Formats: sequence, structure tokens, C-alpha cells
Amino acid sequence: MALNDLLRSDDLTWLRPTGTDSDVVLASRIRLARNFRQVPFPNRADMNQLAAVQTTVDRLMDGLCTEEGALFDRVDMERLTPLQKEVLIEKQLLSRNFVRNPQHRVAYISLDQQVSLMVNEEDHLRIQCMMAGFDLEHPFHAASRIDDLFEAQFDIAFDEKMGYLTSCPTNLGTGLRASVLLHLPGLVATRNISSIVNISPQLGLAVRPLAGDEKESVGSLFQISNQLTLGFSEEEILANLQSAVEEIVTHEREARKALSVYMKDTLEDEVWRAYGTLRYARSLSEKEALTLLSKVRLGIDLRIIGEVKADCFPQIFIGSGRSYLQNYVENENLSKNEIDRLRAERVRAVLERSGTAAEG
Amino acid sequence: MLCDECGRNEAVVHITQIGPNGRVEKNLCRHCAAHYGDFLLQAQQDDVSVNDFLKGVFSHAPEEENADETQAPDDAPTQQELVCPNCGMSYRDFQQTGKIGCSVCYATFRRQLEPLLRRIHGSSTHSGKIPHRSGGTLELKHKIEVLRARQQEAVQQENYELAAECRDRIRALEQELAQQEGGEQHGAE
Repeated sequence: MALNDLLRSDDLTWLRPTGTDSDVVLASRIRLARNFRQVPFPNRADMNQLAAVQTTVDRLMDGLCTEEGALFDRVDMERLTPLQKEVLIEKQLLSRNFVRNPQHRVAYISLDQQVSLMVNEEDHLRIQCMMAGFDLEHPFHAASRIDDLFEAQFDIAFDEKMGYLTSCPTNLGTGLRASVLLHLPGLVATRNISSIVNISPQLGLAVRPLAGDEKESVGSLFQISNQLTLGFSEEEILANLQSAVEEIVTHEREARKALSVYMKDTLEDEVWRAYGTLRYARSLSEKEALTLLSKVRLGIDLRIIGEVKADCFPQIFIGSGRSYLQNYVENENLSKNEIDRLRAERVRAVLERSGTAAEG
Repeated sequence: MLCDECGRNEAVVHITQIGPNGRVEKNLCRHCAAHYGDFLLQAQQDDVSVNDFLKGVFSHAPEEENADETQAPDDAPTQQELVCPNCGMSYRDFQQTGKIGCSVCYATFRRQLEPLLRRIHGSSTHSGKIPHRSGGTLELKHKIEVLRARQQEAVQQENYELAAECRDRIRALEQELAQQEGGEQHGAE
């Protein structure tokens, strides 16, 4: 996929509503942190050392692509405009930390956008694999395969006692961060979300809202990930997260069921109002769009709304991003009002398309 | 109200600290409050990032270490100047940035880092994946450990056939390990 498509497409394979438990778990992600032995970590390395790391990775990825065909887009941070970087951050293909210094920072993004390999982020290598729905196993294997490729050719920073060595001691050991993106409108509406946020640290997990702040989440989207990386095997870390998420999924479904039984009228009204606003509004702020989108998605998952399918979720989610819209119309100097109008226009178009597709 | 600290000037800054010893209230004048400057500044920032927090955690570690060092004064000066031979990072740098410099730093600052790791992770021993190349003999040792556990389990279940099989494989692996360790002696750190 050319860079332009990567930026302009509003489709993200790993956000599609196709995977297991996709009514609650939107996506799963695995991240491995790896470093080359002896070479100072990126925050400490000089330009020559950064360049050396970049060349090493470039060579290996080149070899991989000639063997198995072009699998990745190579995205050089020095050649992206700040806006383009923001779009890729919105799509969660790059981290904010990664774009801070552009020199010798290169990302390899797989054509299906499920793998993003960041070179010279906080660590020399950040291998990130994403998957739609609740599936930690596949992305973990994908990430491990890439890890094995590097490990077969290069000495990776490793210590018998401390495991994989990373720039930040909080990633030490396995270098593994597993996380899932959850849509929890039921737990938010029944005010049960705080008990989940409060109990997670005891399980070595962190829950944080994807948008909004600790006090008020926007769009009922939450990310839950392992906090501990040392002292547990990869399997144990994944199993721990797996069982916690399974539990949350059960509670969320119960909450939704309770809502649809005890508050049927209110729920239906809210869902349809949200749909109506998204479908016909002429101006939408980012926050409003996300909040309404969450309700529409809930309505689709509870089969209250049949007009549109859940496919519209990632398209609106990505397509209503501020940087995405600015990049799409190739104008960085839009006022907030102009962006809000643009967003509403885009959301209307997606819902119209999705609506006709559902009818046909 | 007069300042708790100097008792001379009017207290303009009021701090409530909630710590392990309960609630402590301090009323300070402008001058005395300046000593608490860093603390106040941090409290005012809405966005105390994870890094800032970690920095705080890290910079507390050496105080405990220093307390230990007073009993062994020989080590004290060397610890002050502990610098990584590979990337030139000092332990003080780490305390400021919260980020390690290179893979060699971990060996250099091992003693200082271990209590810290136990605090962050509750453990300081890795028990996950081991790379073939850099892992050295660890992979073999790990395999032997797994086999030992399986052997124990087999004995408990009175499955002596499986136990014997495990025993033989452990023996073979141990020989391999002895060979490798003999050969790698000069290669090790």
C-alpha cells in the first residue's frame, strides 16, 4: 500500500467487527520490545549508532521482502509531515514517543496494517501486532516470528537473570505488553466501570480510557494491558489477561442484558437518537461523534438497529479523527468549525453507504 | 497564622501530607515553602506522567543503598562514580531520566537495579522466552528444570516409566551443558 493510501484509507483490518467476542472486544494487540546487544538504546545512542541500527533492520527487512514479496510499507519519519505522523498515531500504527525525534526513525507497516515494526523508538525494535476481536494468540505468534527472525541473525540484549533488556525498566524481562481494546457501554451505563478499574492493579493489569480522562471516558472505550513484564512467562502474562478480559466480557454482556430488560425504552430511545444525530447532523465535534458512535454500536450489537452494520464503526472511528480529516482534504489550516462540519459530512456518507449495503 | 517552620512570618502555604504515619498538616511562610518547591510544583502539574513518577521511584532507591553502604565504607566512593563502560551513563543519569542507557548498563548497575525491579515487578528473575544466541546455556538449564519438574510429577503419579525417561534425558542434557560450559568459559563475561 502506498503511503497515500495508508493515510487516506478509513479501513483498519484489526478494528473490523469480525473477530471473537467482537461485540465487546474490539481489538487485541501484542507489543515486544527488543534491543541489540552493546548498542546504546535510542535515547542514549548517537546519530551513527542510530543509523547503524536502522541499516541493520533495513537489510533484514529487505531480505524478507525479496524472499516473500513486498509485505511491508517502509515509512521514514524524516519524510513525513507532522500532520501525516498525527494520522498514523490516530490509527495507532505509530506511538507518540516514536515521532518525537525523526532522525533514523523508520516504521515498517504491514500491508494489512496488522503489524507495525518501529525502529529506534524507545527501544531499537518495537514489534507491534494487532488483530480484530479477542485474539491474543495470533498476534503473539506473529510478533514472536518477527522476533525470531532478528534473533537468528543478531545478538539481542538479554541477561540470564533479568531477561530481555529494555530502555525502560518497566518493560524488562519479557518485553511483552499485551492489551485489548474494549467497548464497555453497559458497564459505564450501570456505573460498574470503576470497580473494574479499581480491581485491575491487584491482578497486575492496567485499565485506562482510550479517549477522555480518568474521570470521564469518551465513547466507553477502554484499553486493558499487563503491567508486569518480569518474573512471568509470556504464556502466564497472556493467560492472566485472557481470563481477566473473559470476566469483563461476561459482566459487560450481563450489564447490557440488564439495560435492555429494565431500561428498554430509554435504551432504545437513546440508541435511535444517537443514530439520528449521526445520520443527519451538520456539525459534530470529535467527542460528540465518539459518544454517539458508541451508542449506535451498542444498538447494532443488541440488534436494536438493523439499518446499518457494525462495519461502519471503524470507518467512522478512523474517519472522524481530526488529523485524518485534515489530511484527507489536504488542508492543515481548517478551523474547528470547519473540521466539525467535515466530520459530520463524512459520518453521514459512511452511514448512507452502510445503510444501502445493509438493505441490499 | 504563623509559619510552622520558622515561627516568624505569616503562613501563606498550607500543605496536607497523607503518609504512613497519618495526616500531617504544615503551614509555611513563603520563605520556608521554597524548600518544598519541587514538591509543590509537582502537585500543581495536572499531568504527572509515568516517567516523572518513575523518576521519583528510582531516585529513592539509592538512599536505601547508601544506608547499606555506610556499613561497608570501602564501596561507597565507587558507587558514587558508577559509570557504564559501554555508553558512559552514570547511575545518576538514570535517576534523572528513568531510562537505562544500553544493555551493558544492566550489568553495571545490577546491584542498584535489583531492589528496584522487585519493587516494580515483584520479581527480579526472568522466566519467559530465551533467545538462542544470547541466551547461552540458559536454554539448556531451563529445559533441564522443566524435565525435573515433569520427573517429580511422574514419580508422584507412580508413572515410573516416564520418570525414567525424564531422568535419562536430564542426564544427556546435563552432559551437553557441561561440555558447552567448558567450551564457553573464555567467552563468558
